[in-house]
Amino acid sequence: MEVPKDLRYTMEHEWVRVNGSKGVIGITHFAQDQLGDVVFVEMPAPDSQVTKENTMGVVESVKTVSDLYAPASGKVIAVNTDLETQPELVNSEPYGKGWIIEIELSDPKEMESLLTPEQYIEQCEKEH
Amino acid sequence: MSQESSTQLKTTPFYNIHKELGAKLVPFAGWNMPIQYKGVIQEHLCVRNGVGIFDVSHMGEMDIRGKEAKKLLQKLVTNDIEKMSDHSILYTVMCYEGGGVVDDLLVHRFSEDHYFLCVNAGNSDKDFQWVQKIAAPYDVEVLDTSAETAQLAIQGKDAEPLLQRLCDVPLNDLRYYHFKKAKIHKNDCIISRTGYTGEDGFEIYTDSGLAGPLFQKILEEGKSFNIQPIGLAARDTLRLEMGYALYGNDITAKTSPLEAGLGWVVKLQKEDFIGKESLKNQKEAGLKRKLVGIKLLERGVPRPHYPVFADGQPVGELTSGTFSPSLNMGIGLCYVSLEHSQVGSRLSVGIRNQQVPAEIVKPPFVPTGVKK
Repeated sequence: MEVPKDLRYTMEHEWVRVNGSKGVIGITHFAQDQLGDVVFVEMPAPDSQVTKENTMGVVESVKTVSDLYAPASGKVIAVNTDLETQPELVNSEPYGKGWIIEIELSDPKEMESLLTPEQYIEQCEKEH
Repeated sequence: MSQESSTQLKTTPFYNIHKELGAKLVPFAGWNMPIQYKGVIQEHLCVRNGVGIFDVSHMGEMDIRGKEAKKLLQKLVTNDIEKMSDHSILYTVMCYEGGGVVDDLLVHRFSEDHYFLCVNAGNSDKDFQWVQKIAAPYDVEVLDTSAETAQLAIQGKDAEPLLQRLCDVPLNDLRYYHFKKAKIHKNDCIISRTGYTGEDGFEIYTDSGLAGPLFQKILEEGKSFNIQPIGLAARDTLRLEMGYALYGNDITAKTSPLEAGLGWVVKLQKEDFIGKESLKNQKEAGLKRKLVGIKLLERGVPRPHYPVFADGQPVGELTSGTFSPSLNMGIGLCYVSLEHSQVGSRLSVGIRNQQVPAEIVKPPFVPTGVKK
């Protein structure tokens, strides 16, 4: 299971890569493995607001459907349109080309409440 | 899944092989079964394009022997047993008196006084009790042979050339819905030209005690055909692309085989059978609804129980639904009232808070590769 050191995580298996006041969001390697082949990602509209811990979209795999929860609050400044034609990027590169959205963080301090890589690994081991 | 619950699950003779192959194992109908190995889409396409092997040992089997075996089956099932020849197989349902479906099953005839049935895993115990109850006044012996029977399915266009390498009888003259006794590798088997994928292929029944190495042997021999082990998830997407009904989803104790599009296995002109009166009445009164195939016209994945709308009004719900790996679109089955069941009609499927446009199509959703 890959858990990059430079990211922060949620209990719902999203990750955030913070860059200044911006944050890129995706789902974790563990999450994509649990879901199986991803075939559709429903993303929030550009310029819309997402709110920490509220649903911001949906990931559909062949087997199941899973809500996406915003790991932080903010305005959507980019969505990964490649996922419209290549949703499988979420499986093959969950931390790279399979990113989902980028937001302008309303409150960068929210990051402090997210799980560290170590805490996230512990969380996954409990679920497994 | 806790350790405790997993120890109560039944395992097939191939359990350790599944683990070695990296399968994801999940509880299914009381069994710990491989739902996928490498991924449902590639497993699905592997069967459509070449050959795959499935462990379907969770399926139930029953042996029926005795002077009145044929008579009992004729009473029990809706299809016509009379027309069967030795070593032929018949797809049928058995119904309750009210016309609801007990199960769908395959009847294999060895001879007039010896048959075996293959039934759904989740219904195995219920079916056995039902058959025993109906069989009481007949001169027959009914045996539940599920525990000692392992079942493998080898499906795809390369199934015949692959199995022929391991099998001591010719397979090119084994016709669709017929079976032979054969030795495959070192195992005494029954090999039938049947399946649940829509591809050419075989289902193999063999003694579960000796079955373990057979799976391995077929995988080894199949390397030159790029065989892959296939999990239950792909089994479901494969069957749904064919529009094959699944018990528990599309057919249940509360559904009619006539409405499910299984009228072709209900022979109302044959002698008395359980449910005949009710089904005859249904047919005479006119069916109220029909199981139809739908494909989504926009992106999304339809799933069981999602509501279906016509002109914005609810007209039914999906009984099966999935993403079709062959078509790259959402497909499903649903019951709709007759007036909305026309092929080509527009419907919509409620997916979360949206109504996604869909069209009624006649299954199979993709062309079948079975050799009829």
